[in-house]
Amino acid sequence: MKKLVNDPKNVVDEAVAGFGAAHADIVRVSLDPVFIVRADAPVAGKVGIVSGGGSGHEPLHGGFVGLGMLDAAVPGAVFTSPTPDPILAATKAVDGGAGVLHIVKNYTGDVLNFETAADLAEADEIEVRTVIVNDDVAVKDSLYTAGRRGVAGTVLVEKIAGAAAARGDDLTAVAAVAEKVIGQVRSMGVALTPCVVPHAGEPSFTLADDEIEIGIGIHGEPGRERIKLEPADAIVDRILGPILDDIPYVSGDKVLLFVNGMGGTPQVELYIVFRRAAEVLAERGIEVTRTLVGNFTTSLEMQGMSITVLKLDDELTALWDAPVHTAALRWGK
Amino acid sequence: MSVDVAWAQAWIRSSAQVLSEHRAELNTLDREIGDGDHGENMDRGFQAVLPKLDAVPDAATPGELLKTLAATLISTVGGAAGPLYGTAYLKAAAAVSGAAELDGPAVVALLSAGRDGIVLRGKAESGDKTMVDAWTPAVDAAIEAEAAGAGPGLILAAAADAAEAGAVATEPWVARKGRASYLGERAIGHRDPGAQSTALILRCAADAAAQS
Repeated sequence: MKKLVNDPKNVVDEAVAGFGAAHADIVRVSLDPVFIVRADAPVAGKVGIVSGGGSGHEPLHGGFVGLGMLDAAVPGAVFTSPTPDPILAATKAVDGGAGVLHIVKNYTGDVLNFETAADLAEADEIEVRTVIVNDDVAVKDSLYTAGRRGVAGTVLVEKIAGAAAARGDDLTAVAAVAEKVIGQVRSMGVALTPCVVPHAGEPSFTLADDEIEIGIGIHGEPGRERIKLEPADAIVDRILGPILDDIPYVSGDKVLLFVNGMGGTPQVELYIVFRRAAEVLAERGIEVTRTLVGNFTTSLEMQGMSITVLKLDDELTALWDAPVHTAALRWGK
Repeated sequence: MSVDVAWAQAWIRSSAQVLSEHRAELNTLDREIGDGDHGENMDRGFQAVLPKLDAVPDAATPGELLKTLAATLISTVGGAAGPLYGTAYLKAAAAVSGAAELDGPAVVALLSAGRDGIVLRGKAESGDKTMVDAWTPAVDAAIEAEAAGAGPGLILAAAADAAEAGAVATEPWVARKGRASYLGERAIGHRDPGAQSTALILRCAADAAAQS
C-alpha cells in the first residue's frame, strides 16, 4: 500500500504541524502534548468546546476548530483515542471562565480517556460537561454491545453546539443544545473498500471485489451485513431506511441531509447518493431544508459514504446558519 | 523467591520486553475483532515506562513502582487499554502501598485490586470477552492457591496459568463490550487481545517471582 508518509510513527505530529502552518489565521497548535486550539483561545466568558478522538477522520476534529464551532480538538494516534493529558491541556487552554463542554464519540477508549481528563479538570476547578454522540443506527443499542457509535453526526453536534456557545449560552444550555442534536440525528454508512492504518501497513479488514459492508464504522468496524455490490440507489435505500425508522417522522418535518464521504469516494458519487436520498425523503413528505455534502468524517482512504439526517426546528436551523469560520466549514462571517 | 521491589522491577521490565516481542501478534488479534492497534499501544506505553524505572530510587516499594507504571500507561497508551490497565496498576499499587515485601495475602490483594479497577472503569463482566476474562480466573486461582497455603511465587504461577486458560477460553465467545461487540457472531473463533495481553503480563509476574 502506497502512502504519502515519512516515518509512520510521526504521521499525527507531522500532519498537525502542517495543519497549524496552513491555517495559522484560524488555529494554534501544540505538539507536546498534541492539540489544536482556535488562535484567539481562550475566549473570555464563552463556554469552551473540546472534541477529539483518534486521527484518520480528518477534517474531524481539527478542521472544525475556529469561530462558531470548536475551541479545541485533540487528535490521538490514528484510530486511537487521545490520552487524558492532552485532553486536559486543551481543556485548560480554552477555559474562558464559563466552563468547557466535551463532545465525545461513543467508543470505549474515547469515553474512558475523556472521563479521566474531565475528572482531572474538575480537580483544577474547571467545570466540565460531557455529551456522548451515538448517531450510528447500524449498531443495536443493547446491553450486549458497547452501544451505538459516534460517526458523522458528530460534525452537526459540533457546529450547532459551537453556535450556541458563540451566542453566549451558558454551559448547561450549550450541553442541552448538544443533547437535543444528539437526540435528533441519525446516521449509517457503507464501505466499498477497506482502509489501511499507516503503522499497520495492511488493510484493517478485507472485502472481496464485488462485496460491500453495510453499516460500516469509521474505523472499518463491521456493521449489519456484508452483501454483493448493488447500484447506488439500492444502497441508499438500504441505509436510509433504518435511519428514518429510528425516530418518528411525519409529513412536513424539516431535516438537514448530510452525505459524508469516507475519504476515497469521489464527490461525483456523493452527489448521486444525495440525489436518491433527497428523492426518498421527498416521497415521505420530509422537507430537506439544509444540506451538507463532502468528506467531513473520513476513515483514511476508505471508499464509501454515510448518510446523516438531522431533524430540524427553528432553533437548530438558526444555529446551523450562524457564522462559522474553520478550516473545513466556513460561512456567514 | 521474595516478591519485593526487585521483583516489581523485573516484572515491569520483562512485561515491556514480552509485549514488544508480541506486538505484531496482539495487533493481529485486535485487527480480527477490533481496530488492530492493541500491540502498538501496549508497546508504546511499556517502552515509555523503562526510562522512568531508572529514575526511581532503590528504596522504592513495589507499590511505588506500580504507581509510576500506572501514570505512564494512562498518559501514553490511549484507546481503552490505557485507562483500563492504568487503573488496574493504580488500584493494585494502592492495595499494597507501603509494603516492601509481599506475602501471599498481599499478592492476592494486589491481583484482586487490579481486577476490580478494570471492572470499575470498563464495567465489563465475566463472559463479555474482555481482559476481565483473564483477570478474574487469575484472581480466583490466586485466592484458591493462597487458601491452600501456597507462597507468593506459587500464587502468581497459579494466577498466570489461569489467565492463559482464561484468554484461550474467550475464543468461542461473542463479545459484549468494546469494539468487538459490534461484530456479533463474527467475533466467534477469535481470542480477545486484551485477555491475551493480560495473560502475557501475569506470566511475566510469575516468571519474575520464580527468578528473583
